Amino acid sequence: MSRSRLLIVTAILVGLTVGIGGYTFVYAKGYSYFSNDAQGCANCHVMRDHYNAWTRSSHRAVAVCNDCHTPPGTIPKYMTKAQNGFWHSFYFTTGRYPDPLRITPRNHQITETACRKCHTELTASIDPFHTDTGRGGLTCTKCHNEVGHIE
Amino acid sequence: MKRRLSMPIVIVVLAAIAATAVTALLVNIFTRQQEARSPFYRVVELNDETVDPAVWGKNFPLQYDSYRRTVDQVRTRYGGSEAVPRTPTESDPRSIVAQSRLEEDPRLKTMWAGYAFSKDFREERGHAYMLDDQTLTERQQVTQQPGTCMHCHGSVYVPYKKLGGGDLMKGFEAMNQMKYQDARKLVDHPVTCIDCHAPDTMQLRVTRPGFLEGIKKVKASQGIADYDVNRDATRQEMRAYVCGQCHVEYYFKGPEKRLTYPWDKGLKADEILAYYEENGFKDWTHAESGAPTLKAQHPEFEMWNQGIHAKSGVACADCHMPYQRVGAMKVSDHHVRSPLLNINRACQTCHRWSEDDLRQRVQTIQDRTFQVRNIAMDALIALIADIKAAQAAGAADPALEASRRHQRRAQFLLDFIEAENSMGFHADQEAVRVLALSLDETRRGQAALPGSRASAGAQTIMKTP
Repeated sequence: MSRSRLLIVTAILVGLTVGIGGYTFVYAKGYSYFSNDAQGCANCHVMRDHYNAWTRSSHRAVAVCNDCHTPPGTIPKYMTKAQNGFWHSFYFTTGRYPDPLRITPRNHQITETACRKCHTELTASIDPFHTDTGRGGLTCTKCHNEVGHIE
Repeated sequence: MKRRLSMPIVIVVLAAIAATAVTALLVNIFTRQQEARSPFYRVVELNDETVDPAVWGKNFPLQYDSYRRTVDQVRTRYGGSEAVPRTPTESDPRSIVAQSRLEEDPRLKTMWAGYAFSKDFREERGHAYMLDDQTLTERQQVTQQPGTCMHCHGSVYVPYKKLGGGDLMKGFEAMNQMKYQDARKLVDHPVTCIDCHAPDTMQLRVTRPGFLEGIKKVKASQGIADYDVNRDATRQEMRAYVCGQCHVEYYFKGPEKRLTYPWDKGLKADEILAYYEENGFKDWTHAESGAPTLKAQHPEFEMWNQGIHAKSGVACADCHMPYQRVGAMKVSDHHVRSPLLNINRACQTCHRWSEDDLRQRVQTIQDRTFQVRNIAMDALIALIADIKAAQAAGAADPALEASRRHQRRAQFLLDFIEAENSMGFHADQEAVRVLALSLDETRRGQAALPGSRASAGAQTIMKTP
């Protein structure tokens, strides 16, 4: 095969991949994950219950998913979205994930920080030297597990 | 030339792999979206006459699959059932039964002396066996049971309507007065889909006259007039009420043998006892003591109502039929069983502790209840022996009446916890409160015996401030 023919085959295949990939992205509403809209997070059926629970929670009017589940700052926010987006897609596609879902330590830390960001005055007087969110540490959601979404 | 070619070839291979992966992902997403879009396919038409669960199962194969698993026999520490082999006989073809509770605790025979339960009482098995185990128990051979039993041992909704010429209540009244053996012929299945679901919408509904009337009385005692459970209950309430159709305390009222839930004064054990004290109903006369005794029956619904889970809006189905994911769908597990056999889905959805922690917590409650139950049981057996001895020594009936009355009360309260299938877990403090009331009645019964020098003392019912 001549070089030019090979280049054409390559171009077709690369184009095909980009095309199917692009179509999949649009079909699965992949762009919605870049937004702040909570409905975007429930795009994937696994999160439907969490979304439904959130619409009935005390925080529905003051915080969307991203407020509690991504860190502040554009770059850290999209880094976290990328990381979670990849692993969520991976586990939900393969179906190998624990049910009921369990938050990872890193994501739990992000949520804990979010609680303490909005409720600084209160939390600073309760636990001013907060360092550990692991089993031993004090975490907001241990008691207030229903404020975001019980499920 | 060769080196110049290899680069595009690598790209071709990589692009091909990527294209394959992306296509697979696309198909997967498409499949999930389709699953989420059509929760079921209507392949057969269901109507209000369709009793056979296999027909419903064609439209709802996932629910039907798990429903059929209620044949499983698995033990838990205080419940579940163990498959015990037995030699089939002509009258009873069962080759497997559950363990005998009478052998596990022979005191039960004394408690129920003179009543059919002292002949045969086994651990309950799953829903799949409810009709057979009721038909074939030895209790049937020592007493003539009425057709009323069918209310909860068979799928009786359609047979009731047929018998009543389309009227559920008329059919209920007619079957109550039949002989068990005749009523049995009208029923083909244990509990099925139609007993809890409306065939057109799949919505939960109550089909049992006993509960329709019973819950009306409970609501009336709370000041709610003309309560219609199928009209007024929320969906979450229905997820407990459909179970409460049968998992309750009941009695057969009057010569019509009308199935009645004794809830006029409330759902607590002592409120139910007060109802029986007022109308003077007795199940049988105790063979050893001559007391007019009552048998309590599986009051799971009443006990759950006194507990923290009911207060928090957690229904029976949340723990006994927890949701499970199947593909993009969420279905409730129709394999109704002990949450201890499914701690992950039953408990961990709300309680974020390890399975071991949660199991320990339940067992602590159950062990404590079991201990108090045993203390109350020993005391009751002593009272029965005391009355028996006083009788043998020549005490006349009027002299024994007070003690017998106390035995009746003590025994009902104890049996309420004994018959309830959670060993206290559904409402732990309530269970111990009821057992304490039972112990007090036993103590009073012994003090009231002829010749006793003990004093029962005052009976102070503390009103909370």
